[in-house]
Amino acid sequence: MKCARFSYHRAVDVADAVTALAEADGEGKLLAGGQSLVPVMALRMAAPEVIVDVNRIPGLDHLEVHDGVLRAGALVRHAALAGQTLHPLAAAAARWIGHAAIRSRGTLAGSLAHADPSAELPAVLRACDGAVHVAGPGGSRRVDAAALFTGALQSDVGEDEMITAVELPCPDAWGFAEFARRHGDFAVVSVAAARFGSELRIVVGGVAGTPHLVPAGDLDGPLDDARVASLADAAADDVDPPSDLHGSAGHRRALTREMTRRALASVAATPAREPV
Amino acid sequence: MRITLTVNGEQHRLTVEPRRTLADALREDLGLTGTHLGCEHGVCGACTVLVDGEPVRACLMFAVQAEGCAVATVEGLAEPDGTLHPLQEAFSVCHGLQCGACTPGMLMTAAHLLAVEPDPDRERIRAEMAGNICRCTGYVGIVDAVASAAAALAQDERP
Repeated sequence: MKCARFSYHRAVDVADAVTALAEADGEGKLLAGGQSLVPVMALRMAAPEVIVDVNRIPGLDHLEVHDGVLRAGALVRHAALAGQTLHPLAAAAARWIGHAAIRSRGTLAGSLAHADPSAELPAVLRACDGAVHVAGPGGSRRVDAAALFTGALQSDVGEDEMITAVELPCPDAWGFAEFARRHGDFAVVSVAAARFGSELRIVVGGVAGTPHLVPAGDLDGPLDDARVASLADAAADDVDPPSDLHGSAGHRRALTREMTRRALASVAATPAREPV
Repeated sequence: MRITLTVNGEQHRLTVEPRRTLADALREDLGLTGTHLGCEHGVCGACTVLVDGEPVRACLMFAVQAEGCAVATVEGLAEPDGTLHPLQEAFSVCHGLQCGACTPGMLMTAAHLLAVEPDPDRERIRAEMAGNICRCTGYVGIVDAVASAAAALAQDERP
């Protein structure tokens, strides 16, 4: 199907984009990569009256590490994230997103704002306890990963707001594992794991409306096979997944165990790295 | 809206509605019907073209977003005298197509793959081509074709 009519505004900077959204009075939508928005417009599940295109705003594609935190602009594409070496967990997760033609357009900030519970990057943001910077009519604010995802496809980004930058702390060790029917499909279950010092953070995607943080606690000993197995069992016990046509609750629980095991095996195998 | 874009090296000026997708602009406004449309919501990959060298679903990009961009479509693959691109040749030889609906998207996806990764193994080819759906061939011929084209292109580049 073809999209419903809309008026198009090519924003020149963040203030212009936010103003255009405010003027649209709830009928506007930001267009970044468009890989989630345009399909729902084509299916007429969404028919925004005003499209505010942020793709030409300069200065939003930066990727740099300061004090152990990756700072990424809103327009960093999945392909750029997959190709960088500053944050290996984000790179590994981004490679699982869609296909080359999706990764060349889709953006980090767009994926976070869209908040698909099966998407890779929300799980990574939560695993790294990151944050986003959100600009709106009243100025800008910082939203922690824990507060950003409020439900399936719902995030704490208002209809007149825009994510401008993302902060992703760089873990000391990391792992990412995913099961999907075909490469590029949304995950049935994905697991992002990150170790910061002795703190281990395990986040499961695809099992709830928002990325699910498994209480893993501190690592008081080595992450050996026995510890990995017990943490994987604990993760499987902790999730309460839905059943749908992609997999039953039991299947998702079994996948949670195995994907957690694989992600933690990567954490255990991550070589010690020089501080950035 | 008035836009200017370059398609296969030729500059075009167009007036389009904002909701006009790049795929429809190519097909309906420029008459370049080589780019095919299947699902029109980003799932099938038939409309894949290159925009500034990067693969893009032309049904998920509005033509107004391509202002000033260089677009490459399947029409630009063959030589001006009609000599097929090694990928086109290989798809023909290896039976990598049957009805042809998916083929332009397959070719542009494969062209990008071989540009960034000249020697992919069959597993890589399968993974990278997984975003393009074919309902005829069963994919084996397509994987054969991309592998064969990679070998032919490597041969061509030998001094």
